[in-house]
Parts: sequence; C-alpha cells; structure tokens
Amino acid sequence: MKQIYLDNNATTPVKPEVLEAMLPFYREQFGNPSSVHWAGRMVSGAIEKAREQVAGLLNCSPAEIIFVSCGSEGDNFAIKGTAEALRHKGNHIITTSVEHPAVLETCEYLEKNGFEVTYLPVDADGMLNLTELESAITDKTILISVMWANNETGNLFPIHEIGEIARRHKVRFHTDAVQAIGKVPVDVGKAQVDMLVLSGHKIGGPKGVGAVYLRRGTRMTRFMHGGHQERNRRAGTHNVAGIVGLGVACELAAINQQKDYAYVRCLRDKLEQGILSTVPDVKLNGHPDPDLRLPNTLNVSFNYIEGESLLLFFDMKGIAASSGSACTSGSLEPSHVMSAMGVDIVLAHSSIRFSFGPDNTEEEVDYILAELPPIVQRLRDMSPLYQRADATPLHCDECLMVHRAS
Amino acid sequence: MYTEKVMDHFSNPRNVGEIENPNGVGEVGNASCGDIMKIYLKVEDNIIKDVKFKTFGCGAAIATSSMVTELAIGKTIDEALVLTNQAVAEALDGLPPAKMHCSNLAADALHEAIKDYKAKNS
Repeated sequence: MKQIYLDNNATTPVKPEVLEAMLPFYREQFGNPSSVHWAGRMVSGAIEKAREQVAGLLNCSPAEIIFVSCGSEGDNFAIKGTAEALRHKGNHIITTSVEHPAVLETCEYLEKNGFEVTYLPVDADGMLNLTELESAITDKTILISVMWANNETGNLFPIHEIGEIARRHKVRFHTDAVQAIGKVPVDVGKAQVDMLVLSGHKIGGPKGVGAVYLRRGTRMTRFMHGGHQERNRRAGTHNVAGIVGLGVACELAAINQQKDYAYVRCLRDKLEQGILSTVPDVKLNGHPDPDLRLPNTLNVSFNYIEGESLLLFFDMKGIAASSGSACTSGSLEPSHVMSAMGVDIVLAHSSIRFSFGPDNTEEEVDYILAELPPIVQRLRDMSPLYQRADATPLHCDECLMVHRAS
Repeated sequence: MYTEKVMDHFSNPRNVGEIENPNGVGEVGNASCGDIMKIYLKVEDNIIKDVKFKTFGCGAAIATSSMVTELAIGKTIDEALVLTNQAVAEALDGLPPAKMHCSNLAADALHEAIKDYKAKNS
C-alpha cells in the first residue's frame, strides 16, 4: 500500500545527512563534552559547531543559543524564567488563546502563582488585532508571548509588528517558532524578538532536542538546576548526538528553505484548490490568504463528518493526516484553536490538517484528490447530520463543555 | 488502539441507513461531544425484524452502532432492552478507555428507539 505522510507539523523524518552526522556520537565519540580528557575534548567542538549552525539559521550570535530537550521545555524556560526574573517589575503576561499547550498551560500555572495573564482572542480567520494587543499592555506587563505560526491552521502572526510594539513599550517578547522554523524565513534581529524557541524534530532533526534563542543581556532565572552546562543557563549532560543533528538540520534548513517551501507551497495550493473546488460543504480553517499561512499547512473541515473516522479511512488508503476532533486529542473537547476562532462545534470536530514536507510529491496530491471525495461521501451518507431537517442537538450534561461558537 | 473487530465493523459497517416507515426511532448523543447515533426499528410480533443506523462520530461510535444492530436483529423487545453499552463494547473485544463515555452509546440509542416504538403502540 502507498504511504503518504501529510503530518509534518506533528513530526518529520530525520534527514539522511542528519542521521549520518549523528551516528559517530553514539559510537567512538561518546565522551561527555564537559570532561577535560581526550574523550570529552573529542566532542566539545561538535556542540559549538552545532551552536553556530543554529545561530546561522536565526541570524544571531552562537552565544545566544541554549540547547534544551524539546520545544515544550524551551517555552517553559522562556516563560517561567522570565516570570521569576522580572517578578519585581510586574506580574502581567500577554499571550494568545491559540498558543501551543506548552505556552498556554505554563501561563495557567503562573496564574495560580500570582501572575495575571491576558489571552488575546483571534478573529474568525484566526488572526490577532494588534491594537487590542497594544492596549492590553500595562505598567505591570513583563512578557508578550505570541507564536510565529499556528500549528493547526498554519496562520502566520505579524511577529515583526509585535516585536516593534514590544520594543516600544520595553516589554520582553517571546515567540514559539517551532512551526515556522525552516518553512519561512526567521531572523531574530529583524523581528526584534528577545526569546525564540525551536525544536529539532519538526525540521528533519531528531526528537528530544531543541534550542532557545536568548538575546544577549536578557535576564533569566534558570529552569533546570544541577550543572554548569550552557553557561549555567541549562543544567544536564549535553545530548551530543541530538545537538549535532539539530545543528545539521538547521544548516540544511538555511540552505533549502526557499527552494523546498516554494515547491511545498505548490503542492499545498493544489490540494487546497482541489478539495475546495470538488468537495461540497467544506470550510477552510485559517486565513483565506494563503500568503498569511505557512506554505505547508492546509486545515479544512468536512461538514457532517467526525474527524477521527475520516482519519481512519484515510489511514486505510495509506494517507496520514491529523484532526482537531476531540476523539484524536485524548480529551472530550475539540481543538482550542477552532473554539477560539468561533468555528461551529460540528465543524471543529470535522477539521482535518494536512501538513506537507519537501518529500511529498504531486502524484501523492493527485492520489488524495482521487481517494478523498468518495470517502467523504460514504461517511456523509452514514451521518445523521447530513441533509438533516431538524436542528442538531448540541448539549451534553455529562461533558459540561459545550463551547457553542458565537 | 482499536481491536480487529472494531476496525472490521468500522470499515464495513452493517445495517447503515434508514428504514422507511419505521416502528421506532431513537437518537442519542450530541454534537458537542462529537457523537450522535440514530437507530431505526422494524418490529413485528414483538420481534426486531430489522435495525438500521446513522452515526456521526469516531471509529468507536460507528463500530458500536454497527455491532448493536447485529446484536438486536432477531431479539424480542424485552431481550433487546437488557442489552447494555458494556455488552456492545465486549462484543467488539473492548474499546479504548477514552471511548467508553461518548462513543459507546449504541445500546442507549436502541433503547430510545424501543421506547419510541412502545409509546407509539401503547
């Protein structure tokens, strides 16, 4: 059976060059880079080379890069480390209602510890109102945290404009750029961000490694205690092979981003136009202007069908995608991003995300466009909501979670 | 995640559709949870002659709907009324724990349809 992987926002395959570069660090170059002897010396250079490769992609100084274990750790460090370091200045944080849980749940944790958090709403296209953002700033605001690109819709937030607002008000600015890195140009200097988080496995690197860009002079309270690594900013023996892999993945991203994602964009646009023009009762989730979304992401709701059943039928045809339906999130609630955008509850359960990578082909898009309409029709024929005359029942006392979108 | 039986009933659901002029119709679930099941009954001489279903929901919801129709056909009304969601799940060799609430409502839908039948014939 064909295997078509369209879930690159979840994770990506490790690139062959990345794996090749990593392998020696599991074999002969096994040393701890903190050791003084030959075994340690053999690997310490590799960490610094990787730091330069990451810095090269972001256009910053290598000294401003801190290696961490994943994007979630990076977000936790950036937000909690700022909250603690700047507590004497204020207790207010501004973020958005569509952030990754690594940001949202960290903010909720801080709320229990005396911080106040403003969760900015988004409009029906999933976009922020910058006037609203600016007027949310108070003299107690110590941090603005806005993702570079949304993982579900692919929406790109106006990071440069937000950076300017933050700088004007002298508020620190953090961005979770996990989804943007490698897909669109990311320059921390131009964007005026103070902290940025990226993850290895989203860009053809290994899982279990990420990096934080911390602008020189940014005061932080350390997050992981127990060693002097990363200039006392992050304790723990270096994940040498992982860091080497991340470095190579960043170097490849810097070389290939423009070419790869122009190609990916063509594939995404073809699938998007193909679905919207052939399948009735479909809603695009995210900004209608494809320039304002990541070039690789397409999120659509197939009305009257629950997302998981659609994913399972896709899976039988070898197509791997993902869904914002409650059934695939492990909770009873559909995606918080769809809720924040005011997407109707049935449509939220019906949302499917296709996220492309440079390994996908046009032939795969043609295959999906051929297989998809009959699957959708089959499930619609099975659905009591399809061609229904009376109103859809919406309430469940047991779940206590009706987010009837306005 | 799902057993072979669940996947069999999901990919080849039995008795999908509606019955023309049914004796009873039952619907449970709601869109907020992501599962709605509708069951149509044809009852003759107190015996369930035919059952059809329509379901909006995940793999488990569709598989349990399909299974409950198979379990119900040929049963008397009283026999069908003692069929539980648990029994439907067991007939599918079990469901993932997260699916036991929202997606395991098929027996409830059947009971609603029988209630409707009884109300119409009392």
